[in-house]
Amino acid sequence: MAKHRPPRPGFVLDVDKSTPPILFHHGDGFRLEKLPAGRSRVLYPAEPLAGLSDPEGSIRNALLHPIDHDPLPALLRPGMKLTIAFDDISLPLPPMRKPDIRQRVIECVLDMAAEAGVDDVHIIAALALHRRMTEAELRHAVGDRVYDAFAPRGLLYNHDAEDPDGMVILGETPHGETVQMNRRAAESDLIVYVNINLVAMDGGWKSTATGLSGYAALKHHHNVHTMVHSRSFMDQHKSELHKSNWRQGKVLRDAGVKIFQIETTVNNNTFGYDGPLAFLQKREWEWSARDRAQFVSMQAGLKVLSGRAKRKIFQSWLAPYELTSVQAGEVEAVHKVTTENVYRQQLVSIEGQADILTMGLPYICPYNVNSIMNPILVMCLGLGYFFNMYRNKPLVREGGVLIMTHPTPWEFNPVHHPSYIDFFEQVLADTTDPAEIEKKYEKQYAEDEWYIHLYRTSYAYHGVHPFYMWYWGAHAMDHLGRVIIVGGDQRAVRRLGFMPASTLQDALEMASDVVGRDATITHLHNPPIVMADVI
Amino acid sequence: MKALVFERKIAKFAAATVAGRFAPGSGAKFGPLKLKDVDAPELLGPDWVRFKPRLSGICGSDLATIDGHSSRYFEPIVSFPFVLGHEVVGDLPDGSRAVLVPVLHCAVRGISPVCTACAAGNINLCERIAFGHLEPGLQSGFCSDTGGGWSIAMVAHKDQLFAIPAELADEAAVMIEPAACAVHAARKVHCDTAVVIGSGTLGLLTVAALRAYGNVRTIIATAKYREQRAHARALGADTVVEPAELARAVRSHTKSMIIGTQLTGGADCVVDCVGSTASLTQALDVVGPGRDVLVVGMPAHVHLDLTTLWHRETAIRGCYAYTRDDFTAALALVQQANLGSLVSSCYPLDRYEDAITHAANAGPRGAVKIAFDLRTEKQRKDY
Repeated sequence: MAKHRPPRPGFVLDVDKSTPPILFHHGDGFRLEKLPAGRSRVLYPAEPLAGLSDPEGSIRNALLHPIDHDPLPALLRPGMKLTIAFDDISLPLPPMRKPDIRQRVIECVLDMAAEAGVDDVHIIAALALHRRMTEAELRHAVGDRVYDAFAPRGLLYNHDAEDPDGMVILGETPHGETVQMNRRAAESDLIVYVNINLVAMDGGWKSTATGLSGYAALKHHHNVHTMVHSRSFMDQHKSELHKSNWRQGKVLRDAGVKIFQIETTVNNNTFGYDGPLAFLQKREWEWSARDRAQFVSMQAGLKVLSGRAKRKIFQSWLAPYELTSVQAGEVEAVHKVTTENVYRQQLVSIEGQADILTMGLPYICPYNVNSIMNPILVMCLGLGYFFNMYRNKPLVREGGVLIMTHPTPWEFNPVHHPSYIDFFEQVLADTTDPAEIEKKYEKQYAEDEWYIHLYRTSYAYHGVHPFYMWYWGAHAMDHLGRVIIVGGDQRAVRRLGFMPASTLQDALEMASDVVGRDATITHLHNPPIVMADVI
Repeated sequence: MKALVFERKIAKFAAATVAGRFAPGSGAKFGPLKLKDVDAPELLGPDWVRFKPRLSGICGSDLATIDGHSSRYFEPIVSFPFVLGHEVVGDLPDGSRAVLVPVLHCAVRGISPVCTACAAGNINLCERIAFGHLEPGLQSGFCSDTGGGWSIAMVAHKDQLFAIPAELADEAAVMIEPAACAVHAARKVHCDTAVVIGSGTLGLLTVAALRAYGNVRTIIATAKYREQRAHARALGADTVVEPAELARAVRSHTKSMIIGTQLTGGADCVVDCVGSTASLTQALDVVGPGRDVLVVGMPAHVHLDLTTLWHRETAIRGCYAYTRDDFTAALALVQQANLGSLVSSCYPLDRYEDAITHAANAGPRGAVKIAFDLRTEKQRKDY
């Protein structure tokens, strides 16, 4: 898209004989696939909205003119305890070019705190049960100036949900859900939460009630029942996950925890307006000769590279996201505006459900930044995130088929995902049924001392994390008649409980057993991110 | 009569060793094993009878002998030439069937008084296996006087015969001897978590025996191949993993930590049904401090780093064969767990090279127990 003309909204393309092959992400690579004419549709994302012309000024303005809240400077005073918490490495995806939004916001908050004479400030990566961020990752998120001023004195650090002295129980919701929080945050006079709201699921009470919490609280909503009844978790009004977080948020508020929520949104400029990946956010028939040449040469280059080399290249990509909104103040009021801004960029209407949903899974998901996309994460990205990118009803009908493309290698990062390896080898070898897995294995993994040790001292996701990934797909598993992965490692795909196919044509043939030969198809052309409003 | 005879031929033995290293089972083609026409063994005394094999299994120790992998330790306790085959169900002169208890212990050898081990019923530990009126041989199938199961006829002492019910199929009966080995091992295991390394015939039978006779709560088994995994689960393993996954599975089950690559805890008992350097190394890696590795699979020369054994006070303990009482328990186990279904294929003696190749590659070919079927051999009626 040229930057000088207004961005075009997302739309639905009816595939006919003249439609060129459609781009499918395929892990560290791509596929061009011809979809059957006359019965296929492609849901395209909107072009990137214009970014705010003065991000720093907009941030400052939001802090000075918050929603349903006193301005931030009015909340700051000498002698107070201030905790700034921020979203971790899982946001945004891919990581964004410097300066990161978090750096911009935190610097602005710190300037105001300094002006008010606040000197007891802690900065915490609100990672819940995710892996700890490395120094390089923290520097990227908050900037060198903030890192060097706080980290050496132990004032900038990763949240530790397993620190026996560092967590506190604040109460229980009427539904019996425990509410737990990082002690420093809970005992602060003010928590300033800095969010990047990449998708509609993020933000709101999920920031603090989940991000600064631990297993005791998370197990009440990160479970099979909640996920199966969240239709979808990208639509907070129909999401049990969010209802639970909101209930926990009320307990936080009633317990006297003061939160000043700062939420931001970014546009769809994931791959740039020009550069080597620019074609990924263009519509195929608008590819220039240069785009086509770039695609062909990239495919040829990727063919000869090792998996590790490809991963390194893709993981080094930093998205040129632009800030599209920033709002601050009271959690729920802020999040309402944020969600509208997310939908403004991502929501596209589409009429009716299809028999088959196709999607190309990219190289990255929230849990493999600078890491390996292991098979469990492939499942989670496809059946968890992409399947749930809807409002009203899923893109595919109940009993329909999901076809996704990804190499799905039987490969794990042993530092980041140690419990995933065991989950894959031991749990999935026994059963793929989320409810049975939850009942039989979750407690053992959640309380495993070794995983807890690695979570606290190394860079490992918590022992229970692969369970949450599996539960994330529970709604899709419940809804779908069959899941097929095209181009995946056959053993790994079968271990997931899915069917492997070599080509999309084979997959469509296999799908016909379930949905018939003239089945309708919808392709989710994602990323850049598109969310379907299925009417 | 036809018999598969193993002779002392050094050059052929060397050829089998080389061939067996490249292609398991090929020692049958290049080594000292030959199908020959030999005289039937003579009865060795009044307590001996003619015993005509019906089915005779191919055991891991037979394969090691044929492929030249077995230890020279055996040289003084075998006698050449010998007819292989010690897993035997056969016919007796009175028309009944029996399973061979192949150990050539004091009573069989006419030694009186019997040694201390035999007196205690531990015939597997007999101290006189190279003495008495028989040529040396730890078992029938390795002794030049008795013949072996891979032939039309052999001889057996009355103490070597184990009566079986008339309704028991030959395929089930031929599993009694290897099942007795497994029962013998399982009776030594009293613990919470046991690991069984290997899901060949012996490994699978050990899983079944542990479930039936071991005092054990959780059984973790390793299996390389899909069919083996299915069998191990069906026979009672709680968790079945590929060999490379074992350490992680044990860590997970025992809530152990890891220092470097070493588990801080481990399984209460590891039963090694392979007996190789790799399996024993793995056994020492996953056995808990102060606990035992039970070596049930026949080992040969292995290379081990025993530092963990020293530092963690673990022990490696052999587990050979069985007592007569183990046979009684094995019979019940075979019936109860339908172990006859593990007999995958039976071959005539003439196709011994195919049979041995199949047995040596049973895992990858989806098989478990391979046996020789002597029931339809024409010469049978002459003996």
